[in-house]
Amino acid sequence: MMEKSLVEMLAGEPVFINIGVRELADSLREAGFQVVHVDWSPPASGDLELAALLDLLL
Amino acid sequence: MTKRLVVRKNRYFDSVFLMRIARQIADLPGIRDASSLMATEANRRLLADLGYGIGGLEQELASAGPNDLVIAIEGEEAVVEAVAADLDKWLYREAAPGMAADIMPRSLDEALALRPDATVAVISVPGEYAAREARVALSRGLNVFLFSSNVSVDDELELKTRAREKGLIVMGPDCGTAYLCGAGLGFANAVRRGSIGIVGSSGTGMQEFVSLVHQAGCGISHGIGTGSRDLLDVIGGLSTLTAIEALEADPATKVIALLSKPPGPATMAKVMQRLSACRKPVGMCLLGVGAEDMQVKPGSQARFAPTIDAAVGLAIGAAGEKLPARLRVDLASLEALAAEEVARMKPAQKWIRGIFAGGSFCYQSQAIIREAGIEVHSNAPVPGAPALNDPRMSFEHSLVDMGAEIFVEGRPHPMIDARLRRERVIREGGDPGIALLLLDFILGAVSSKDPVGDLLPAIETAQAMVHEQGGYLCVAASVCGTDQDIQGLEEQAGKLRKAGVLVFPSNAQAALFSQRLTLLLWSGKKGR
Repeated sequence: MMEKSLVEMLAGEPVFINIGVRELADSLREAGFQVVHVDWSPPASGDLELAALLDLLL
Repeated sequence: MTKRLVVRKNRYFDSVFLMRIARQIADLPGIRDASSLMATEANRRLLADLGYGIGGLEQELASAGPNDLVIAIEGEEAVVEAVAADLDKWLYREAAPGMAADIMPRSLDEALALRPDATVAVISVPGEYAAREARVALSRGLNVFLFSSNVSVDDELELKTRAREKGLIVMGPDCGTAYLCGAGLGFANAVRRGSIGIVGSSGTGMQEFVSLVHQAGCGISHGIGTGSRDLLDVIGGLSTLTAIEALEADPATKVIALLSKPPGPATMAKVMQRLSACRKPVGMCLLGVGAEDMQVKPGSQARFAPTIDAAVGLAIGAAGEKLPARLRVDLASLEALAAEEVARMKPAQKWIRGIFAGGSFCYQSQAIIREAGIEVHSNAPVPGAPALNDPRMSFEHSLVDMGAEIFVEGRPHPMIDARLRRERVIREGGDPGIALLLLDFILGAVSSKDPVGDLLPAIETAQAMVHEQGGYLCVAASVCGTDQDIQGLEEQAGKLRKAGVLVFPSNAQAALFSQRLTLLLWSGKKGR
């Protein structure tokens, strides 16, 4: 993992991680940009309280 | 007519994909309506409101959870049953082309293991999960583009505070578009790179700005979206300030534009102070805010722009270029054209109706038309303008933002799906008082593949309805986009012209034409 501030990111070539609507990743890829698409599904079977609890534990 | 629900357990699809499926099913002959949603609590409520919570369907609806896909279909029984029996064909036929054989991580951390050099997380998961994903992204050192809406103000403040402490940015929530190093995110238009940077809290406003800059032969260094609430005092402009600082430090950016709706008073003072100290020229367009309310320090390089077009003019001028003639306002020509149009109308035709896909276009049009003292109603009124009692019903002069929450709940945004806008345009055509229909069309990678074609049948129907009553409907429009967008700016504008629509180079010019036409309508100069 490399933390890049907004200023540093704008000075380089951005690399994207897309979480959600796949079309957004497709349009970036088609335009020639580096993007990894996450096959996302709701955490903890959609139970937000359980997800928050897991976040604390992990 | 019958209603049918189909639930698929533990199947997640993103909302854009599901919207496209619902639209395709709804377009089948014999189908009246179709919805395709993840069965979140809000979506279950929505389906119950649509009549899927009664008549034996309530148990099926209640059995579905947020991890489950639910498809609701209403129409002729035989057609509904046929679609329900063959849903896989719809879901997987559509899914197949997009399902590339690349490695598909299941979480942000798995994605980071593949690309440890990632710098931006693009997040468009449902609102209730979006803050959680953004929090993880920030903690891993990523900047965040948050396309998702329905994120609470508290979450937004927490995320943006955390980002600013780390030198990162949260663009959003509800961030329609951004341009980072030439990469267009969300509803972006295809524009060339250049030396003009823009910070914007309004998505379609930023699209108009970058498209006009491109049309003028210039280019964009970066466009940083901030989300529509960023300049409210509760957020305090955290992302706007980060973005201004970044563009000021960015060597590729020679001039900066700021585009937004009116900020909160405390934030306004803070932003003006920051812009006053900016070492680069700045064009400030805060739609609905007058020059007298934008106080910058004497000697600063920040300048006031009343419209998006004026902001484009300032930016291009500061970058050393000239605005092309077509983007300059020729008031005499606009007035002459308005007079020709009004001469074709009946005396009973009095009202203008703006039916917009872009919120910024609805907003800017109100600001421009109201400058002449014309009272305009809207479901998204500028400060001082009257709100429509019912957004679904126009009243006198009305400008309607069809992208407002009430129209998009459980449905695609009108930039993707013109269905509700089509229905509304036809309804407006049936109003004997209508004189002018004002429209916008928005091109771009994620927009409809043919925004004009989607709405054209409704425009022609409305024109015919007014004609049958012995009147003439003036239709004025602008197309936001470029020659490099997949839809093609000229192709889309050409289709409109062929249908007798007056196509203006920008929304601001279309709104100014509407203002002049309205003044003529009410000055007693019409009638044959």
